[in-house]
Amino acid sequence: MGRVRVRAEPLELILYQSDAGTARGQASVVCFPESIDDLSFAIRAANRHRVSFVARGSGTGLAGGATPVANSLVIVMTRMNRILEVDPVGRVAWVEPGVLNLDLTRSVRHLGLHYAPDPSSQQACTIGGNVGTNAGGPHCLSAGVTSTHVLAADVVLGNGEIVRLGGLEPDAVGYDLRGCFVGSEGTMGIAASIAVRLTPDPPETRTLLADFTSVDAAAETVSGIIAEGIVPAALEMMDAPITRLVEEFVGAGYPLDAEAVLLIEVTGLIGGVDAEVDAIRRVALEHGARQVKVAITEQDRMLLWKGRKSAFGAIAKVAPDYYLHDIVVPRTRLVEVLKRVYEIAAEQDLLVMNVFHAGDGNLHPLFVFDGSEPGIWERVYAAGDGIVQACLDAGGVLSGEHGIGLEKRDYMSLAYSADDLDAQARLRDAFDPDGFANPEKILPAGSRCGEMKRAPEGTWI
Amino acid sequence: MTAFVELAEQIGNATAVEIMGAGTQRGIGGAVDASKPIVEVRAPTGIVSLDPADMTVRVLAGTPVGVLSAALAEVGQECPLDPEDSAATVGGVLACGCSGIRRIRYGPIRDRVLEVRFITGQGRLVRGGGPTVKNVSGYDFPRLMVGSHGTLGMLVEVVLKTQPLANKSSWYTSELSPALLRTSIYRPACIAWNGKMTYVLLEGHEIDVLSQASELSLEPAQSPPHPIGKHRGRISIDPARIGSLAKRLEDIEVRWLAEIGVGTVHVATNKDAGLHDARLAAHGEGGWLLREAGAPLLDPFGVVPSNREVMGRIRDAFDPSGKLNPGRLPFARFTP
Repeated sequence: MGRVRVRAEPLELILYQSDAGTARGQASVVCFPESIDDLSFAIRAANRHRVSFVARGSGTGLAGGATPVANSLVIVMTRMNRILEVDPVGRVAWVEPGVLNLDLTRSVRHLGLHYAPDPSSQQACTIGGNVGTNAGGPHCLSAGVTSTHVLAADVVLGNGEIVRLGGLEPDAVGYDLRGCFVGSEGTMGIAASIAVRLTPDPPETRTLLADFTSVDAAAETVSGIIAEGIVPAALEMMDAPITRLVEEFVGAGYPLDAEAVLLIEVTGLIGGVDAEVDAIRRVALEHGARQVKVAITEQDRMLLWKGRKSAFGAIAKVAPDYYLHDIVVPRTRLVEVLKRVYEIAAEQDLLVMNVFHAGDGNLHPLFVFDGSEPGIWERVYAAGDGIVQACLDAGGVLSGEHGIGLEKRDYMSLAYSADDLDAQARLRDAFDPDGFANPEKILPAGSRCGEMKRAPEGTWI
Repeated sequence: MTAFVELAEQIGNATAVEIMGAGTQRGIGGAVDASKPIVEVRAPTGIVSLDPADMTVRVLAGTPVGVLSAALAEVGQECPLDPEDSAATVGGVLACGCSGIRRIRYGPIRDRVLEVRFITGQGRLVRGGGPTVKNVSGYDFPRLMVGSHGTLGMLVEVVLKTQPLANKSSWYTSELSPALLRTSIYRPACIAWNGKMTYVLLEGHEIDVLSQASELSLEPAQSPPHPIGKHRGRISIDPARIGSLAKRLEDIEVRWLAEIGVGTVHVATNKDAGLHDARLAAHGEGGWLLREAGAPLLDPFGVVPSNREVMGRIRDAFDPSGKLNPGRLPFARFTP
């Protein structure tokens, strides 16, 4: 690789010492591969120098998955950003990992197709990063998360070897290594090209906005809709503070005096869509919705979605810092866990806002604060601990779409037994026996039976 | 849990174990090596919890799919595992990894499994995944276990994602080409083609099913006859190449039924060499054939995956002494 594509200037190293989360690390060298051969070359070079490596897309991750530990080589994948092939009949696209999520959908829109996973950061985040974290998004409620949409990947393993995982045929021979790789946060190697499924655009789409005078009523409506046997395309909830903020930001027509709103999308053929819209309206009104508005035109629908997707941009107006959580609970436990989230915020005297994928039970409590206030980070972290505990107590899981990375690594032993974690470590080691691929992520120190517990070098969280 | 602990001890102490379901798919994945004394183990049976409002079900792996389907139907739901024989157990279907005929709409069975509990060759009880519909905490054991043919562990309990039963579900036939039907129908539940006739399964709201059927002049019909024969297999192929595969299959004595848009082609024959010939046809189109029944001399897979070393290391990690279903998945053994 030439000089242009390998950098080690101090300023650049600082730029790549973290993702969008709070964990900081230390990079030794940064490189920008432009082909699978570059990528394999970089990994083999790192192997020779006994240096670990970490892949990075746009750096929008929040769990520290792309944070370099132990002076890792940072491999920035953004120059591998070509859409290699689109097959409109087979509805498959081969892309390089640096392609932005929304760019893929834009490039196939004229074919009546889209790429279904749509994380809120879809304008900025890469498909490779999405594969790393098994990313979700509002429309994953009915369409499924990233793993559902990844058919195959050409992957460079931790030793520089190139292998194909999965394939365009429905079942690959042997174990589902493709399934293992998706969501492995770069610890099983780095994808150099990815085959994704493209989804036909639905013939009909309705977007509903229901507003409520209590958070409980909105949350109960969510359970009510699922219990009715309806799986909408998306089912999102926003509480009062975030709704007001978003409305000032975009002017989408969200009610300023509601305690909570639900944004619900129904797609499909006209008969099913009409029936579901009627049923959802009835369930919402039965649970005390003040009104249920149905947006039919593309323009009205887009405005509502713009509000939802710019929520995290809007909060910058309130306070300089925020901490966004990501937990999932069984949908029937939503009301009680949400209550507990507000209690925890009150106990720590923190402002919390909630905008989340309610239909999946995927909560995103967002603490908004000024990080320069003395002692504030301790309260934010204490609240985070409380939320994780509340989630696990309700039978939930540690992350729905952001991943474990460094942020939640040390919670893993709350969620899994020693045998469970040992099994996870064995699987990881089978992919990467030398342990060079994004070390110290996901699994807490001590996961392997007999391993010493130690803190990662050169990191603070 | 006691049942799990006892099974874990039994597996931990055994030298060789065959994990048994209902025996409906026993020919899949290779015969178990009979040279060692084999202990047969069976997963416990029963539905642990079913909460319709969560649209998930926790079920013991030995439960017959038919029993699970009946329980789900009572609350207006289903889980489309769709084995040909509903006596097959949940664990058996998942371990064999054979998805059902409605895959084009509802996805492969690996997308249905949210959480797994399994017992490794060392007799350890391991849990992976989680009970929620969305989860990225650690590695995806649910997907790894689907299609692993019991060589990494014995499934004892799973959490599956369910869905509402469709308001209407009807089979049709059509003389239109399968490719045209594929592009004309929004989310069909199945398009099956045997070279002569195209069969279409529509599911959804009654209005939508009937209007799509009338727009395309589909004829109401029974479900397509599954290919019958002593020797059976399933071809897995890039769905774009089904047409050229069909041409190759015409020249040999096999009955077949292709799932359009999926790439699964079911084949059956009474001719001893038939399955071998069908396999060659599949290889000619970049696919492969899984032997499902009969043809005892035919290799169960007929191909060795390029990434077999990784697979071998995974198998060694969970079953270091090679006691779980020895002989199955023969290529996945680590050779340093």
